[in-house]
Amino acid sequence: MHFEVKIEVSPRDGIANPEGSTIERALPALGFEMTGNVRVGKVIRLQVEAESADAAQSLVEDMCNRFLTNPVIEDALVEVLAT
Amino acid sequence: MSHRVGVVRFPGTNCEFDTIDAIRALGGDAEVLWHGDPSLKNVDAVVIPGGFAHGDYLRCGAIARFSPVMESVAAFALNGGPVLGICNGFQVLTEAGLLPGALQKNIGMKFLCSMQQIEVVSTGNVLGKGSTVGDCIKIPINHFEGNYVCPPEALAELEARQQIVFRYTDNPNGSTRDIAGICNESGNVVGMMPHPERATSLLLGSTDGTALIRSFLAA
Amino acid sequence: MSVAPEDASVHRALGLSDEEYDLIYELLERHPNHLELAMYSVMWSEHCSYKSSKIHLKRLPTEAPWVLVGPGENAGVIDVGDDIAVAIRIESHNHPSAIEPYQGAATGVGGILRDIFTMGARPIAVMDPLRFGPLDDPRSRWIAEGVVSGVSGYGNSVGVPTVGGELVFDETYKGNPLVNVLAMGVLPSERLVLGQASGIGNLAILLGASTGRDGIGGVSVLASAGFDENSDDRDKRPSVQVGDPFEEKRLLEACLELLDEGLVSGIQDLGGAGITCATSETASRGGAGMDVDVSAIHSREEGMEPFELMTSESQERMLAIVEPQYLDRVLEISAQWEITASVIGRVTGNGQLRILDGFDGEVLAELPASTLHDDAPEYDRPIARPDDLDQRRLADASQGPVDCVENLLALVCDPSWVYRQYDHQLFLNTVVGPGSDGTLLRLRHPTSGNETGRGLALSTDGNHRWCYVDPYEGTKMVVAEAVMNISCVGAYPLAVVNCLNFGNPEHPEVMWQLSEAVDGMSEACLAFNAPVVGGNVSLYNETNSVDIAPTPVVGVIGMHPTLSEAPPHIGLPPDALLLLLGQEPGPNVSMGGSRWAWEIGGCKDGSLPAFDLEQAVRTAAFVAESVQKRRLEAVHDVGEGGVAVAAAEMAIDTGVGAQLDSYDNHISMFNESGGRVLVVVSNDGLEEFLEEAANKNVTAKVIGRTGGSLLEFGPAVKVPLDVLTAASFNQLPEALGQGTVSA
Repeated sequence: MHFEVKIEVSPRDGIANPEGSTIERALPALGFEMTGNVRVGKVIRLQVEAESADAAQSLVEDMCNRFLTNPVIEDALVEVLAT
Repeated sequence: MSHRVGVVRFPGTNCEFDTIDAIRALGGDAEVLWHGDPSLKNVDAVVIPGGFAHGDYLRCGAIARFSPVMESVAAFALNGGPVLGICNGFQVLTEAGLLPGALQKNIGMKFLCSMQQIEVVSTGNVLGKGSTVGDCIKIPINHFEGNYVCPPEALAELEARQQIVFRYTDNPNGSTRDIAGICNESGNVVGMMPHPERATSLLLGSTDGTALIRSFLAA
Repeated sequence: MSVAPEDASVHRALGLSDEEYDLIYELLERHPNHLELAMYSVMWSEHCSYKSSKIHLKRLPTEAPWVLVGPGENAGVIDVGDDIAVAIRIESHNHPSAIEPYQGAATGVGGILRDIFTMGARPIAVMDPLRFGPLDDPRSRWIAEGVVSGVSGYGNSVGVPTVGGELVFDETYKGNPLVNVLAMGVLPSERLVLGQASGIGNLAILLGASTGRDGIGGVSVLASAGFDENSDDRDKRPSVQVGDPFEEKRLLEACLELLDEGLVSGIQDLGGAGITCATSETASRGGAGMDVDVSAIHSREEGMEPFELMTSESQERMLAIVEPQYLDRVLEISAQWEITASVIGRVTGNGQLRILDGFDGEVLAELPASTLHDDAPEYDRPIARPDDLDQRRLADASQGPVDCVENLLALVCDPSWVYRQYDHQLFLNTVVGPGSDGTLLRLRHPTSGNETGRGLALSTDGNHRWCYVDPYEGTKMVVAEAVMNISCVGAYPLAVVNCLNFGNPEHPEVMWQLSEAVDGMSEACLAFNAPVVGGNVSLYNETNSVDIAPTPVVGVIGMHPTLSEAPPHIGLPPDALLLLLGQEPGPNVSMGGSRWAWEIGGCKDGSLPAFDLEQAVRTAAFVAESVQKRRLEAVHDVGEGGVAVAAAEMAIDTGVGAQLDSYDNHISMFNESGGRVLVVVSNDGLEEFLEEAANKNVTAKVIGRTGGSLLEFGPAVKVPLDVLTAASFNQLPEALGQGTVSA
């Protein structure tokens, strides 16, 4: 079966996130003083062929561990979407 | 010096010939190792030079670590062979698990190319012969992702085992504990963000990198 | 009476006038179809055809014994000895950068690099003269930050050092920044390749990125239309091209390998007008024709129309002309570098460019290849000297809020915030990098790597204030300034490339500015014996129908004949004498066109200080020689901001102060009389130096002493160096740290 998968890669808690900090510093200058805790990650979308949604999930998690993320600094949230 | 150094070339690498020039100027011999060829051509040492291997897309070094040559480099390193990763090469070595930690974007969110002073912190590694702990040397940096991070336990180990090789005296990129370069436990694998090959000519501004490259050639 | 069809919407929408339609009808002896119209429209756009400026550009000097390739090819090429040739070109990416600063600048770098390796040269240096709106305008800050990031992101990654440039902020560029990029490459002289297709039956191979809809009509829409603040930029956004430096890097390496192995008989980059331009230019230069199979073009999107495939400006593509027996090897090298290669054309003998759907399929378009550029219209547009010019020149530009210390602090700005973002050291050639007067690179043989013991110098310069006040004299001074910059690193000029950034050519005053600038440039280039070997014209630089101040930018390349140690820095040594070389303008010198008058005095008119070109030529040669003979301890060109800003930059560099006793008012401090250089000579070398200067008929005068921690102009004006340094270094980070707004 065919699955659409969305992978949200985010910086691990406690790891500095220069992209996020920069945006956080810039927002008040534009009048958005109410913001905080900005974190920037990335989203990867891909299609995968698998037996089931669970199988797709574990396949992509494996991909994340081995290649798509660096576990030293990043966490991944894998979401299998409608076929 | 009979040393033959292999300099790895990935698509997107751009400091390979500068590195080869610097090694040759110091009496070493050097040749290119193409990333798609697993053979290390019986070289005595390996440099993974600077650049943007595979465009540095996804993450710096993330795709490069899967190139066929890297399996051979890993085996070579495990056997005690001298391996030096410069800038992008340092990033590749951390991605490949040959050195701990990771390099993320500079704290100022800007690419930085400038002369930087670094302090030699330990000499029990392939770059250390010819240097003394406490030496301050000037070597250019040239990176966007040079901000070294690693988990606290790993950091404690690095400190305890004297694996921190260089520290910035004026931290340009937010790197943890001012780290500019580290080595593995046995000291045969070194990764550093500054470019020693860019500090080998008085005409170009500094010769402080020559001691490091000479030491590597003698390892 | 026009033969254009009743319904003229198609050709007019494509930017072709009724007269141009008639010309096409005449050339084809029939009505063109839509594909043919699209091809003519992109090739006859201002951007590709130079139809408004060609008539003037012909007046530029272009020849010298060392010029191997002059204007008209992808890049100019000069012979620099030791079997080395240098390819150089400058281009603008102004309009794309106004819409999407990062990608506009990035693709500007990508495009110019392809022009260089098209000639068979390995690009070794990029320079970026940049001009933005004022720093207090958030959108201008957004453009500045994006452009610098784009040059950095693309240039660093593709692996070509950015070794210098310019940084100018002015109201005139608000809404219409100028993003010019110069690139230089080196090649073994015997390997010079020209972009031409010859040999019937040879194959045209498209290398590199797949063709998408990016930049469809970009040439016409982006390069030839002014911006109106009320219009929605989104309408123009689909035309934005996106750069991929990794693709470019692989393409560069693959192409250089093809050239090394002698596998191509002609090669051409795909820039403006995409495949239409590359196929027609190579064919007509080689006196041949070409059949092009649109179905063979590797495309990124489904269902692309032939006119889209033929005019797309997708980046990172090249067209190589290859003899059939080399095809396999070409494909092999392409595969090694992970480059897609498709045979899309065949060279024919009939001079016709035919667009086919399959080599044996339907003929979609057929036209004589040479008509696309050789027959492009050429306009002698009306020229008018501004009516009020004489009146404007009478203005007294020396009035304003004078506080010499505050004025000086406002005029110093350290640009390292910009160039620290550029890799300026790659290839181990950079002896003097950005932040000085001229850039100086070691010259080594491109294949053997052998040192020649010589150096190549580069400088880019422009000055919209001088050229607004007087485009003729102003342009002369700009050329002299660029030459003076390379003389400060010990080099003599060899050649010039130019980027002529002007407003709307349909405005007669703009054409007058252009014409005057070309004449001023000609005179200066002849005086310096530096021919123009290439250039680019960017017109329609306007916002809401207000033209930018005329901004001809020149790039000068020069030779340091005996490079064994680095030239002196700009920084002042302590306890030495500071000398001024070049004409001393006197107490009543005009402030017209000076940065002080524009930014502090609030006067943009007046007249330029008298300029002695012959003295500038002698001074430049004397400075270069003095640098080569190591007679100087420091050297710095006097440019915008006059002697005071030049002295301040020298003091800031080493933290050593100076006292300039006779420069005690804003006129002597900030006037911009041309052709002057500040030098420091050791006390015991002074007599000999002054004698030598007199022998060379160069005016030289001691104007100060160095030392201390103050920069002093006369008895009253004293600036502590720490204050000066902070003002200089804080200006950019403070302004750009204030946030930006994209629209």
